Amino acid sequence: MLYYEESIETMPREELKKLQSERLSALVKRVYEKSSFYKNAFDQANIKPEDIKSVDDIVKLPFTVKADLRDNYPFGMFSADLKDIIRIHASSGTTGKPTVVGYTKNDITMWAKCAARSLVCAGANPDSIVQVAYGYGLFTGGLGLHYGAEELGAAVIPMSGGNTSKQLMLMHDFQATQLACTPSYANYLGEALRESGADMSEIKLKSGIFGGEPWSEGLRKSIEKKLNIKAYDIYGLSEIMGPGVAIECCEQNGLHIWEDNFIAEIIDPDTLEPVNEGEEGELVITTITKEGIPLIRYRTRDISKITYEKCACGRTHARIARVKARTDDMLIIRGVNVYPSQIESVLLTIDEVEPNYNIIVTREGTLDMMEILVELNEKFDFDKIASLEALSKTIAAKLHSVLGIHSKIKLVEPHSISRFEGKATRVDDRRGKE
Amino acid sequence: MTKQLSVFLENRAGRVNTLLEILKENDINILSMTIADTGEFGVVRMITDDIKKALNALNDAGMIVSETRVIAIEVLDEAGGLYDATKLLSENDINIEYMYSAVRSAQGRAVIIMRVDDISKAEKIISEHENGVRLTQIK
Repeated sequence: MLYYEESIETMPREELKKLQSERLSALVKRVYEKSSFYKNAFDQANIKPEDIKSVDDIVKLPFTVKADLRDNYPFGMFSADLKDIIRIHASSGTTGKPTVVGYTKNDITMWAKCAARSLVCAGANPDSIVQVAYGYGLFTGGLGLHYGAEELGAAVIPMSGGNTSKQLMLMHDFQATQLACTPSYANYLGEALRESGADMSEIKLKSGIFGGEPWSEGLRKSIEKKLNIKAYDIYGLSEIMGPGVAIECCEQNGLHIWEDNFIAEIIDPDTLEPVNEGEEGELVITTITKEGIPLIRYRTRDISKITYEKCACGRTHARIARVKARTDDMLIIRGVNVYPSQIESVLLTIDEVEPNYNIIVTREGTLDMMEILVELNEKFDFDKIASLEALSKTIAAKLHSVLGIHSKIKLVEPHSISRFEGKATRVDDRRGKE
Repeated sequence: MTKQLSVFLENRAGRVNTLLEILKENDINILSMTIADTGEFGVVRMITDDIKKALNALNDAGMIVSETRVIAIEVLDEAGGLYDATKLLSENDINIEYMYSAVRSAQGRAVIIMRVDDISKAEKIISEHENGVRLTQIK
């Protein structure tokens, strides 16, 4: 199966642009009538819905940010009546109130179709058996892929996260062909599978649909090797919809964003001006078909870039680059920007350690200190203290060459760093908390 | 040649206790042991009565453990006894990576465990030597 909705996925770009323009101007009228938030925002920016005639006019519209969702907690941003809302998801909300997203029946259908298209991109078909090991619940991961797999006509194993030994048992016994979860959990499942001594010829997994957190190419290779599959990056965020906003195809050269439902822009996060095609910046998304809580120019805080070139897979929808980092995850240490994913990619080049790590940031006097806890693996001859010390030095030197700052390396025992069933949290920033 | 177990442990309270608890539960006796520590981590080196059993028990407990080849030598338990051994190795250009004394010593003799950079050469030289230094096994 090449496509799930071929006529849409391969629609010529002029037609796609025309469709986006029609949907955008309809959306602007709709939110102006239905949402007091957007009515105020448009009035303040001196914009009338009639001003938005084509997708090119999108730059006239104001941005929406995460704080807007929090400020209007719980339902203040909804553009649909509550009687038409059939499901409510909410973000994990580690800082303050969660962000709440309501879906109408049409929204759920649209999401399921996007997720089904995404699954097909990642090699699934109606005969597939999809093990969903994303958390089910308020988090969009589990239910998003679940509805997508059902829409496709595949069989779903609704495992949710955790219970690793049962995950492995059912993966084997039910002959799952696809696995969907966060990349950090996929890596852990791979590790556990190898340690269990399972006969890999009895494992039928072909591909994995992984997302929910930024991950490096190195981690992709590690997962692919451990689980003996092809790993696909899926993109989504709960404010916009959930997983299935964009996905890699067989070419694995960027993620197709489903442009019949979403308009993507890349902006300079400082000047807020659009950057040129192919340049890096913050991804901004406008949902043009959503009814429950359509968002206009939502700033995702994810760093990416975009290309509109037709893909070799035949799809015409634009491709965004793999999100390597979120502006949220960025640490500023001694004035230098550090992304956890950079540390991960360095660790993956060193055979003697595992890509499991914790970053502890402290302040001694006025100086920021970064300590990185790294798990040693069994391959290493640690009997000589000198070789352990040499390994610490090698890691520190490699990190220094990538990050430009010094860090302290602490080697720890295998399995001593907690594994994550959902999104990994690797940073413990203690500055200002001590 | 003697087989030694090395265990990597974080340098924090309770880790050595956990290690010894696993050995106790598996009825493994320690014949000789030393801990090398840095501020961050420690390496426990030991010789046990059943290395395979110890290796499996510690692996099952998720500990990072490896088997290392060392030599056990007997020296005279008197002033200069150990010097005879180190002199012999030094004259033959063998580097001692570390050494420690064993818990049990034979009568009038002390038993020393050494990791050296060239085990077969060290064994050959010691066995050909005819003063107080000789190879032994820990049992």
